[in-house]
Amino acid sequence: MPLLKVGKLGKSYNGDTKVLSDVSFEVEAGEFISIIGPSGAGKSTLLRCMNRMVEIDEGKVIFDGNDVGSLSKKELRKMRTNIGMIFQHYNLVPRLSVIENVLHGRFGYKTTVQGILGRFTEDEKEQAFYLLKKLGIEEHAYKRCDQLSGGQQQRVGIARALIQEPKILLCDEPIASLDPNASKVIMDYLKSITMELNITCIVNLHQVEIARSYSDRIIGLSKGGVVFDGPSFRLSTDSTDLIYGTKTVEKRQLVTV
Amino acid sequence: MNEKVMRNQRKWQTIILAAIIIVLTYLSSDITNFNIIHGIATLPNAVTWIVSNLFITQETLERLPKILEKLAETILMSIAATTTATVFSLFLGLMGSKTTGTNNVLGAFARFIASVARNIPVVAWALILLLSFGQNSVTGYLALFVGSLGFLTRAFIESIDEASQSAVEALRATGATYFQIVYKAVIPQCLPQMISWILFMIETNIRSATLVGILTGTGIGYSFDLYYKTLNYHAVALVTLSIVISVIVIELVSNHIRKVIL
Repeated sequence: MPLLKVGKLGKSYNGDTKVLSDVSFEVEAGEFISIIGPSGAGKSTLLRCMNRMVEIDEGKVIFDGNDVGSLSKKELRKMRTNIGMIFQHYNLVPRLSVIENVLHGRFGYKTTVQGILGRFTEDEKEQAFYLLKKLGIEEHAYKRCDQLSGGQQQRVGIARALIQEPKILLCDEPIASLDPNASKVIMDYLKSITMELNITCIVNLHQVEIARSYSDRIIGLSKGGVVFDGPSFRLSTDSTDLIYGTKTVEKRQLVTV
Repeated sequence: MNEKVMRNQRKWQTIILAAIIIVLTYLSSDITNFNIIHGIATLPNAVTWIVSNLFITQETLERLPKILEKLAETILMSIAATTTATVFSLFLGLMGSKTTGTNNVLGAFARFIASVARNIPVVAWALILLLSFGQNSVTGYLALFVGSLGFLTRAFIESIDEASQSAVEALRATGATYFQIVYKAVIPQCLPQMISWILFMIETNIRSATLVGILTGTGIGYSFDLYYKTLNYHAVALVTLSIVISVIVIELVSNHIRKVIL
């Protein structure tokens, strides 16, 4: 049984403009998938439908046996603890310290009062430091997040997602605001850690080359529909033309692999 | 060529705007029978009057302890009105903000309260409340409270919207509850701006407390009114000076606090 199943997913924001239409694919546990496509193709929306940060209009998303669209508030919260999310702008609380931001990832497992009082167990704190060490930013643990560089902040974001002990990581353009060096560091960490901990990873990317070299499988999105879905080595120039619409438009058709 | 046309257009716009302003000024002064030239001509007389009457004498200094007592009362009332308003504004701000609002009805309610409280001037509130609460310090307190509530709610809504959208999204994605998000992401992020607004509100309230005090017969405003009506202009000068000094001191203090926390 696949870990994640997206079936005939459709989404529109203002009623008429369709952002996603008839998107279907399955994700097995442990896969590293890149979703590529031009800006406005619906990549971010697709990712946010998977943990219902945006409501699902049509179709279904099944994660780990749960129908995401029909979960109650409480069940949704419980499901989200299993899904880590990483953002383009890191989405940390800049005025708080690194370690506080990492521990925010545990809120889903806590009652409201425990969370507000900041009651974390020793195990959780140790785990937080372990993750920071693994990501090479242990010495910054007590610094405020706004004192770190972009690449370091993104690593804090990764630590916050990993401390949730997620089954899947959703990364929304994790390297779009970073320089090439920092981008490589972040992608290397994502790849190695998800391999080591056997976490499924879905990454939204602009850069076709990076998608090709890091992921096992690539999903190409164009104008809200899937136009390519297959192993990375099968992604040819023809298919990137199709995704980015760089050549003849008449040739647009579903490339099944 | 194009640039020349644009520049010409801009020149005409300026000329037309200036003409409109001049015509409006003339019309409004004509309608209200206000003579600008006469107004300017009386200015030297006014200055002479101020200089010859509004100065502090040895005799008025005897009244200083009493004035200072009233001043302290006014300042404390302003602070109390601001802090209590802050508590309510915080909840209204959370309800009214797009990032943290849970429900459209509550959000509209919060914004409605804010705009009603804010768009009626503090002086008007004082007069309205005077009818039901009479001439005492509760009326003054309530007038300042309502004014602060409106302003702070509006300011908090803006601060929350501006500062915390991205962190709220991230914490929502981890499965955090609403109050965890508010306490651990929204408030830490907005705290400096909020404190800054609260300090600003205290300053503003001390200034308006004088006016409100004249109307409600409390605090330093009452002293001002009393001396003014008994033609004791030297005492009026002392009251004014003490208000000015205290406002300046409080402004300096709050500027310093702002510098430290931001």
